[in-house]
Amino acid sequence: MTNSINEIDKSEVIFIIGSNTTENHPVIGSRIRRAIKQNGAKLIVADPRNIDIANDAEVFMQIKPGTNIALLNSMMNVIIEEKLYDKEYVDTKTEDFEKLVETVSNYSAKVGAKICGVDAEDIKRASKLYAKANVASLFYAMGITQHTSGTYNVMAIANLAMLCGNVGKEGGGVNPLRGQNNVQGACDMGALPNVYPGYQKVVLPEVKEKFEKAWNTKLDNKVGLSIPKILDKAISGDLKMLYIFGENPMVSDPDTKHIEKALKNLEFIVSQDIFLNETGELADVVLPAACFAEKEGTFTNTERRVQRVRKAVEAPGKAKPDWVILSELMSKLGYDCSYNSASNIFDEMASLTPSYAGISYKRLENNQGLQWPCPSEDHPGTKYLHKDKFARGLGIFKPSEYITADELPDEEFPLIMTTGRILYQYHTMTMSGRVEGLNKQAPESYIEISSKTAKILRVINGEMVRVTSRRGTIETRVKVTEIVEEGVVFMPFHYANGANVITNPATDPLSGISEVKVCAVKIEKIA
Amino acid sequence: MEKIIIIINGKEAQVDKNFTILQAAKSLGIEVPTICNDNRLVPHGACRMCVVEVKNARALLTACTTPVAEGMEINTHSERVINSRKTTLELMIANHPLDCLTCSKAGNCKLQDYCFEYDVTGEKFSGFDKDDLPIDDSNDFYTFDPNKCILCGKCVKVCDELQCTSAIGFSGRGFSTHVSHPFEAGMDYSTCVSCGNCVSVCPVGALMPKEKTKFREWEVKKTQTTCSYCGVGCQIELKVKNNKVVGVDPAMGPSNDGLLCVKGKFGYKFINHPDRLKIPLIKKDGVFNEATWDEAYDLIASKINEIKKEHGSDSIAGLSSARATNEDNYLMQKMMRAVIGTNNIDHCARL
Repeated sequence: MTNSINEIDKSEVIFIIGSNTTENHPVIGSRIRRAIKQNGAKLIVADPRNIDIANDAEVFMQIKPGTNIALLNSMMNVIIEEKLYDKEYVDTKTEDFEKLVETVSNYSAKVGAKICGVDAEDIKRASKLYAKANVASLFYAMGITQHTSGTYNVMAIANLAMLCGNVGKEGGGVNPLRGQNNVQGACDMGALPNVYPGYQKVVLPEVKEKFEKAWNTKLDNKVGLSIPKILDKAISGDLKMLYIFGENPMVSDPDTKHIEKALKNLEFIVSQDIFLNETGELADVVLPAACFAEKEGTFTNTERRVQRVRKAVEAPGKAKPDWVILSELMSKLGYDCSYNSASNIFDEMASLTPSYAGISYKRLENNQGLQWPCPSEDHPGTKYLHKDKFARGLGIFKPSEYITADELPDEEFPLIMTTGRILYQYHTMTMSGRVEGLNKQAPESYIEISSKTAKILRVINGEMVRVTSRRGTIETRVKVTEIVEEGVVFMPFHYANGANVITNPATDPLSGISEVKVCAVKIEKIA
Repeated sequence: MEKIIIIINGKEAQVDKNFTILQAAKSLGIEVPTICNDNRLVPHGACRMCVVEVKNARALLTACTTPVAEGMEINTHSERVINSRKTTLELMIANHPLDCLTCSKAGNCKLQDYCFEYDVTGEKFSGFDKDDLPIDDSNDFYTFDPNKCILCGKCVKVCDELQCTSAIGFSGRGFSTHVSHPFEAGMDYSTCVSCGNCVSVCPVGALMPKEKTKFREWEVKKTQTTCSYCGVGCQIELKVKNNKVVGVDPAMGPSNDGLLCVKGKFGYKFINHPDRLKIPLIKKDGVFNEATWDEAYDLIASKINEIKKEHGSDSIAGLSSARATNEDNYLMQKMMRAVIGTNNIDHCARL
């Protein structure tokens, strides 16, 4: 997030797109509702499903899955046409505005409405509402990113926010809601193929030199493989070994058959986890890890806030904290690795990561956390980014053109399936699936279909059906609900042998993210 | 902030003009008892425990809802005030089961604490029939015992003002007022999302988590940490008895303001689950066998060296974890880069 969670209280207008906030980030969902109720903030929601928080919206636009850019461009078209944008901000703080004007000129409200399957008047109302606010915030999640056009979707969001002067302003911003407790931190720490900690690029000679000196070793300057490429290389036989830690691609990743084929083709797999999950079953060695309650450390949340994780109980049996396992293994491999605490590792990381340089366990003791960038010990942390001016100088408009999803419905597969999370389960259920109450609330996979779709298929609520895509077939239970429109169906992805068996692994060439939000399926009656 | 002068318990003091009497007393280190007060809620003066005597005021005033005024003379612990608080407590306890011996809330119960402080035994209004209402255990995560409810209204207000779900409200009038949900059909049939924020603020044993391990508040050790589910980063306190997490309380973290969701509040039982991996496993002929750490490390190290030698560092890849700590992730990428010699490191950020 460019801004902070508590700044929601300062937003006049809040625009949620591609985030089922009350189910997937419930505490932020409540905060948004509180802002509406207590401060009179106005809400705009755009989503393929009529999600709970849409009930609180001034304008709700039920867009077809995969049409985000058309909607956002159309909103910008209205805002520019009606001269509602922040001219001074655009003139003084941004560049390439003309390019944006040129691109969005093709997306009138009428054009946008047609592509997205919404009312043009709603697009106009939403545009005016967003543009006229003194400060408006934008929230999004995987409904924006998990598309072959994911990167361009995000750019379109950034364009809209900049157009109305909402970046670098308290209560505004471009705010992705990160789905996992430390997905922000894992990225910050350089668990990515192209960057070291703090997004320092592996291809830059001076960066490589810096880490070679600090780590006392020779390093490689080629960008490594991202997950989709790792899987491809496993299938082609170029990749021999995979060390998987705290991850369950057999359930979380699209096209399970493809994942299984890749993993089974490897010579050696290590799985380091707290439970033996579906992926661990395929491993050659399984290492028992301590969970969050059994170790010291830090997580970085969605608003860049670094907070402490503290040990409350002993790990079961011989399980060890991940950092202990990794440092012991590194020593076995002949690399001198003598950390005596998690705080030791943090200090080494902070000394190499400018945005974390001022953070230490001592400063985190007060339980308020610190938001990066925090470059020095006397720096208070950064509440919101791009204050006064953009980090790069001028904010650059990167116009995005609407491109259709990789797979569209056709005669054979007439329905669009989208996927997501639900309140009572979490990711691949390694944790939540072992909590009795949660499992009772959400015991099994299902597919949401509208009553019209149900009627066409001659199926009823609770009936088992066969769902097929180009990747495979699964059986699941029908949930008839008006949360989805005719022609659109939804499945939660948590369950093994569920949604991700049939989702589309086509990726965004820029980010490597898979288009699990849109694929074409058919539903058949079993009996 | 503009200051004004008040006289509190006979002493002159300067306080912020916008304070309530309760806030003023607190700022001066004077403790005024409250049951229904919560800084995050609009003060509603329901419990009457914070009543104070204000000179020239006709009746005792609730400190939580009364703003201070220039020259106001306040007494927070006069005889009249003490007697009023005692009567309030007597009235509460008159319709409250005296089962502190078996009540899980004992030791963490405001009613119990104040009855102790004000020497209230429950004898004053004895002889009446107490309510004997059915316990609602329809929710999978918590129970509601209306017999223990003192109608402080905190649960209703938290659900309405903070959680904004408004699943519960008050029904009935006078003596039959009670916390209820639409059509009295049971909590599970309401719009309740089981966030448990009502449970966390209940000052008595009316709303209690369903937890099989029995514990007393004074037996548990609390550790503040960060929730391990989504990316909001809610601050939580893990309650531990005999090396087992037996409960989670929300902490006042900057991102959660004392609120949690169903997973943060009640989703902790995986920690102590019997399925947890406890020993390294090595697969032989398709079957996992228990191994020592050294055996596991030796096998992994020899495989890494062998594959590296034969196919090069880039034939090895690592998947790190958005679920693990920064320290774990830092070391994972360091191991892949500095020790194995490849940038083939990624994690589940896109999922």
